[in-house]
Amino acid sequence: MAEEKKEISPEQKAVLKAEFDKDWRKELRKALPLKERMKFGRQKMPERPPEVRNRDFLEVNQGLDAEAAVAEARRCWDCVNPQCVTGCPVGIDIPSFVKLIEQGKFLEAAWKLKETNSLPAICGRVCPQETQCEELCNVKKSTGVPVAIGNLERFAADFERGAGNIVIPPLPPATGRKVAIIGAGPAGLTVAGDLAKQGHSVTIFEALHISGGVLVYGIPEFRLPKAILKAEVNYLRKLGVEIRTSFVVGKTATIDDLRQEGYEAFFIGSGAGLPNFMKIPGENLVGVYSANEYLTRVNLMKAYDFPNYDTPVFPAKCAAVIGGGNVAMDSVRTSKRLGADRSIIIYRRSRHEMPARIEEIHHAEEEGIEFHFLTTPIRYIGDDKGHLRAMECLRMELGEPDASGRRRPVPVPGSEFTTEVDLVVVAIGQSPNPLIPQTTSGLKMGKWGNIDVDWKTMATNLEGVYAGGDIIRGGATVILAMGDGRVAAAEIDKYLRAKPRA
Amino acid sequence: MAKILDRRRLVPNLHLIEVHAPEVAKKCRPGQFVILMADERGERIPLSIADWNPKKGSVTSVFLLVGTSTHKLSLLEPGDEIPVYVGPLGRPSEIENFGTVLLAGGCFGIGAIYPLARALKKAGNRVLTIIDVKANYLLYWEDKLRAVSDQVFVSARDFALDSTDYVPAKIEEIAKSEPKIDRVVAIGCTYLMFRCSEATRPLGIKTIVSLNPIMVDGTGMCGACRCTSGGQTKFACVDGPDFDGHQLDWGELFQRRKSYFDDEIRSLCFWERTSLP
Repeated sequence: MAEEKKEISPEQKAVLKAEFDKDWRKELRKALPLKERMKFGRQKMPERPPEVRNRDFLEVNQGLDAEAAVAEARRCWDCVNPQCVTGCPVGIDIPSFVKLIEQGKFLEAAWKLKETNSLPAICGRVCPQETQCEELCNVKKSTGVPVAIGNLERFAADFERGAGNIVIPPLPPATGRKVAIIGAGPAGLTVAGDLAKQGHSVTIFEALHISGGVLVYGIPEFRLPKAILKAEVNYLRKLGVEIRTSFVVGKTATIDDLRQEGYEAFFIGSGAGLPNFMKIPGENLVGVYSANEYLTRVNLMKAYDFPNYDTPVFPAKCAAVIGGGNVAMDSVRTSKRLGADRSIIIYRRSRHEMPARIEEIHHAEEEGIEFHFLTTPIRYIGDDKGHLRAMECLRMELGEPDASGRRRPVPVPGSEFTTEVDLVVVAIGQSPNPLIPQTTSGLKMGKWGNIDVDWKTMATNLEGVYAGGDIIRGGATVILAMGDGRVAAAEIDKYLRAKPRA
Repeated sequence: MAKILDRRRLVPNLHLIEVHAPEVAKKCRPGQFVILMADERGERIPLSIADWNPKKGSVTSVFLLVGTSTHKLSLLEPGDEIPVYVGPLGRPSEIENFGTVLLAGGCFGIGAIYPLARALKKAGNRVLTIIDVKANYLLYWEDKLRAVSDQVFVSARDFALDSTDYVPAKIEEIAKSEPKIDRVVAIGCTYLMFRCSEATRPLGIKTIVSLNPIMVDGTGMCGACRCTSGGQTKFACVDGPDFDGHQLDWGELFQRRKSYFDDEIRSLCFWERTSLP
């Protein structure tokens, strides 16, 4: 795995410094001294009431209004040495955009974001800021409460979209070099945006019928409305990116075929396509879903609106979701919204080890989700029709820390118990999708079925072929995939400029 | 978007659909399938590929009218467009010179078995083909299959066709008269494939079936199509659709096929009420 905290390059440092030294920034700093800034409390993100929102799929967070956003931006000290930037996988110039918001220049703030991030409305919603930029925020170090950088990012991006004032940056002359991007998920969309801005001819090949990857099939409407994703994808189209949906690279055409068609560079962002199961008895009973299938049915295929949409999904009296990550939270909250009387998280470690974002756990608790910690299923029990009706579980206790640094769960002998459930969603991670590796001759693989890359450049062992996101990481976050995409795009641009024309 | 080139009823309840999909047509191999959506609100459903023409850029499937999706498909006319048509998916069938191969197709599988017969014949096999129909008015593609088979048998429960055998009995009968059958391939409803596999198990003939479970994405991402082969969970979309019929957990397959039985009826009734004149 790559380091999540990035070193700032000397060039980027120079840019940050030049912005920091601009007169308007100086004036802003002078206008309100630190002592004053420290008096402001963090602006609360307005949320819809739990008992209302857990019955529909509308967005939970309502976004800051302009007044709150300016007030929040005032909390930022505009540090000489902004640590927040080092925590951002795509290296957004955070102080600049925050200070633009403080000045009321909301559109300019959005444009500043878009210099480094093609999808700010998405990142403002789904990034784990509390472990990235906000974790390193100097205001946090001093007061314990960081500037709400994520909420501000969302505010600026939403403001731009709401104003109907999406500006396409001036594009350089077309280079005529063709780049193929495999997968329209966060990594692929990032590469596409960056390379289109360099004047390259970019085509994204997407297996599903709607762009977005995990943003469209995985993350639910109540966390990331599809309309926002659509707007961000449309922005890429306006940059000249062509998107070919329902095209499975590896099946419809291989990378070698695309090379023959004149594509000179490739980015593989095909994601973590293979859901993991626990290989315990009864896992193939009707009523046991992978999180991928459950969320895909509901999000991509809109099963929550069955029969207006044709794809069904099982409702439940008691839904159990196995796992403690964000995907588990999305699944369990979805089950509640689909009408389950009880929706339960079954997690083998304790609350402290849960990998999900604190905000998601908090939202889930508010919505009436039950958490059963230190518990793992060992068997699913079906009725005579092969439908799930119960699960047998085992209690765990925490032992020594494992390789991930988290304390390893150890079964408590004789602690088996059975509980009635009629829906189970297995959300214990996924493996890289094997379609591209299987059909690309000579591609070097890692031992987990991931594509092996040089972490500095995202280059694979094949010339002109780069990769990033879950296909190399095995299961990470949207923003890490985007970070990979940014690195890969810069490298692909360098590669194309150095390569003689065919 | 993919354009419909042809859609017609072959026999009662079975339709042919030919779609303009040049990239899919260029890559097709026998045994593969496509996933399509009949309209923007439709389900993603898999259809076996029954024929293709790379020059024309067309791909053909035969489908049985079952639920909402297939009813929607059955109303399409040439020139209409469908929003999703993706493929070719799944691993191609093994094609080599096995010796004598016995093919059994029923329902949509009569169509799906055709590219297999053609490829196996070309690979040098002696190809014996059984067409399974309930009655003579359900017979289609007999000529097409005769053109690529050494011998064609019709198994039917119909005196008009001079046959009262169901496929398994026909397989047993042919096995008695043939010196050696090296492989059996069965494509059709789950029940037909199950019965064929059971018929060949005591005879010790390797039997391949082409599964058509419920799928969503068709690229290994969701696991809706999982089945158990040789005691291990497999994904039909990427590990199949061909499996050894003697290794499969058939009981599980039948149950999983019926997962949404009630919803399918609800959906179809809703569609009829809201969409039909």
